[in-house]
Amino acid sequence: MRVMAQMGMVMNLDKCIGCHTCSVTCKQAWTNRAGTEYVWFNNVETRPGQGYPRRYEDQETWKGGWTLTHRGSLKLKAGGRVQKLLGIFASPVQPKLADYYEPWTYDYQTLIEAPLGDDFPVARPKSLITGENTKITWSANWDDNLGGASEMGHLDPIVAKLNASVRRESEEKVRFELEKTFMFYLPRICEHCLNPSCMASCPSGAIYKREEDGIVLVDQDRCRGWRQCITGCPYKKIYFNHKSGKAEKCTFCYPRVEVGLPTVCSETCVGRLRYLGLFLYDADRVTAAAATPDEGDLYEAQLDLLLDPSDPEVVAAARRDGIPDDWMDAARRSPVYALAKTYRVALPLHPEYRTMPMVWYVPPLSPIVDVLSSQGHDAEDRTVLFGAIEALRIPVDYLAELFTAGRTDIITGVLQKLAAMRAYMRDVSLGRDGDPAIPEAVGMSEESLYEMYRLMAIAKYADRYVIPTAHVERAHELEEIGCSLDFDEGPGMYESGPFGEASGRPAPVAVETFNALKQRQTSDTAMATTESGSLTGRVNLLNWDGNGAPPGLFPGRSDGDSP
Amino acid sequence: MSTFLWGVLPYLCIASLVGGTVWRYRYDKFGWTTRSSQLYESRLLRIGSPLFHFGILLVFVGHVGGLVIPEQWTEAVGVSEGLYHFNALLFGGLAGVCTLAGILILVYRRRTTGPVFMATTKNDKLMYVLLVGAIVLGLWTTLVSVGAGSEAHNYRETVSPWFRSVLLLSPDVTAMAAAPVQFHVHAIVGMLLFALWPFTRLVHAFTAPLHYLFRPYIVYRSRDGRTSGNRSSRPGWSGVGTSDRDRRP
Repeated sequence: MRVMAQMGMVMNLDKCIGCHTCSVTCKQAWTNRAGTEYVWFNNVETRPGQGYPRRYEDQETWKGGWTLTHRGSLKLKAGGRVQKLLGIFASPVQPKLADYYEPWTYDYQTLIEAPLGDDFPVARPKSLITGENTKITWSANWDDNLGGASEMGHLDPIVAKLNASVRRESEEKVRFELEKTFMFYLPRICEHCLNPSCMASCPSGAIYKREEDGIVLVDQDRCRGWRQCITGCPYKKIYFNHKSGKAEKCTFCYPRVEVGLPTVCSETCVGRLRYLGLFLYDADRVTAAAATPDEGDLYEAQLDLLLDPSDPEVVAAARRDGIPDDWMDAARRSPVYALAKTYRVALPLHPEYRTMPMVWYVPPLSPIVDVLSSQGHDAEDRTVLFGAIEALRIPVDYLAELFTAGRTDIITGVLQKLAAMRAYMRDVSLGRDGDPAIPEAVGMSEESLYEMYRLMAIAKYADRYVIPTAHVERAHELEEIGCSLDFDEGPGMYESGPFGEASGRPAPVAVETFNALKQRQTSDTAMATTESGSLTGRVNLLNWDGNGAPPGLFPGRSDGDSP
Repeated sequence: MSTFLWGVLPYLCIASLVGGTVWRYRYDKFGWTTRSSQLYESRLLRIGSPLFHFGILLVFVGHVGGLVIPEQWTEAVGVSEGLYHFNALLFGGLAGVCTLAGILILVYRRRTTGPVFMATTKNDKLMYVLLVGAIVLGLWTTLVSVGAGSEAHNYRETVSPWFRSVLLLSPDVTAMAAAPVQFHVHAIVGMLLFALWPFTRLVHAFTAPLHYLFRPYIVYRSRDGRTSGNRSSRPGWSGVGTSDRDRRP
């Protein structure tokens, strides 16, 4: 047994209202740069729906993740090492920009610069890739809230699979008429897998998993842009920065997590549906678990990898493997461990990809509750709910394809627990005695059901995020304290290098902000802007410091012919 | 003149190649990438890129064979000059034609696909001129040799000894000066290409990921002290809508 720690996340899908706040704040924090205009480290998909990039779950097309050889060992679905190297000059299976979407902005300048006339000026969409006028035909959440589902719903790979499967042939197909449709939101980030296929695909070995907290990162200095990771990741959560020519991915906000802060997506989540905490897992058994022959058993195999941090044997092994005591304490209080292993209500996304993903989901009960309420039933009554979970096959089948590789019994079990929690707690909240038969029916005690309710419904900040800080015994080596004194050359030090903007040594963040701040507080003029007519010439009001009126703030006065 | 071209220039180019590579590797690892444009366009790339890359790898192997291995060695194992020459022209010519076709497709793609053309720097353009020049001139030497038939110039008595002598630090200027003009031009353009190499996107060739065949699939790495807390910013990340994506009039 080799004990390793892994930062994990659980998302309670019942609470997701699809507001995209996580996506927007993540984009502002991480991908508001040239080359990543089309990149969303966090995106929220409406399911059923095609997802982002389109139909990424169709691994027969995209070849992501692992598969088993006929001898039963793991193999990248896109091919072995030699095959991958031979295909390196033009990656054979690669999403095009159109599979994501062509990013755009609007030509706002015409709105203020257009001459006086009878017609209202319009801001035309401009492609951020070519700078030309463009037609907006797709985006990262084009099918939001089932938009266009009656036309394109069948393109969802899971819907296609359900419609095609033998199991359903006697029953009706997944329908997309408004009254028959179910829907829920699925926020997605990088899964920070235990057995990442992106890492295995990387020819340069630039993608690595951090020993301390299991966060999967791309070393930007070692990435050479061979693009194999993009094919390798079945969740398509590695993106190619077309400006720098390097792969980029969700970082689990490691600079925040290291100091005990939740990730940006978690912190800003309006529904408070995200949980962060530690898993302990046995690194020696990961490959064997990922090679479990039957896909349906992969969920159980993945659960088996998670170690109980209260088990004395695990504690001893963890101490031997150098996991600090405060991390062990955090692992014992971990909400993600509780939801995934203790209560068994959180499930991994697409375990059949065999990557052992570490972002887990509590499947939503809401689609079923919604259907029941709309039919006039008491949707919180246990007997009604339990019966409905069995009867409403389409949502259950769909969720099973998403979270358990088709095992509907697991999904039904989880949904019954959630239903039991609602039914039991309704009695309690109404001042009646809780019915002990309810937790018993789902194999739980009254106490554990109440604990689960505290964690899932009350969900205090301190309970949702249990993040042990990184050990920074070498704090004196941090650049904030040490190296920043080496750089007192002023703002010139963060000019770009001789090979353009993607070259040269990095400037430490602290020095950069220090210089920017000093410049802003002491200079009389605002930042200079370039010639008019260029996108960069616009004034970004967010960055405007109020000093004077920079050129571009007001439209230029044309000589002579002004009215 | 001969002394400069065949006795001094090679060393200048080697200095630039080696020194430049070391310097770039230390100074600009972030810029060390293939700068792939597959995201923008992949239909033509799928044809042109493998054609060019596999072609140039064969050309490279051919050059090593012709320049580094002395004529006496091949003759010692019973390969006559005529047979060697025939093979070199046949396979070298084929590889060269593949390479040229590949790069022409790629250059065409680069010029006609909007986003790819916009992502092309001046540095790239200069590099393409030298690279295409070297390939065309190399094919020209082959064509001249084919045209001359059995009278063809035996570069393994002039160019190759000079090449080895340069590596042995005693350049045999007269040997190279005796070679026909097409070899001279090809060699000069080739040397310039190698001098420029470290400063272009061609550096990606030096990090060909052959170690992928041997490394373990899963890479664990410890968080180093440097990445804790407040850390260095990355160079090269700039705002959306940067200068090369400017709205054009």
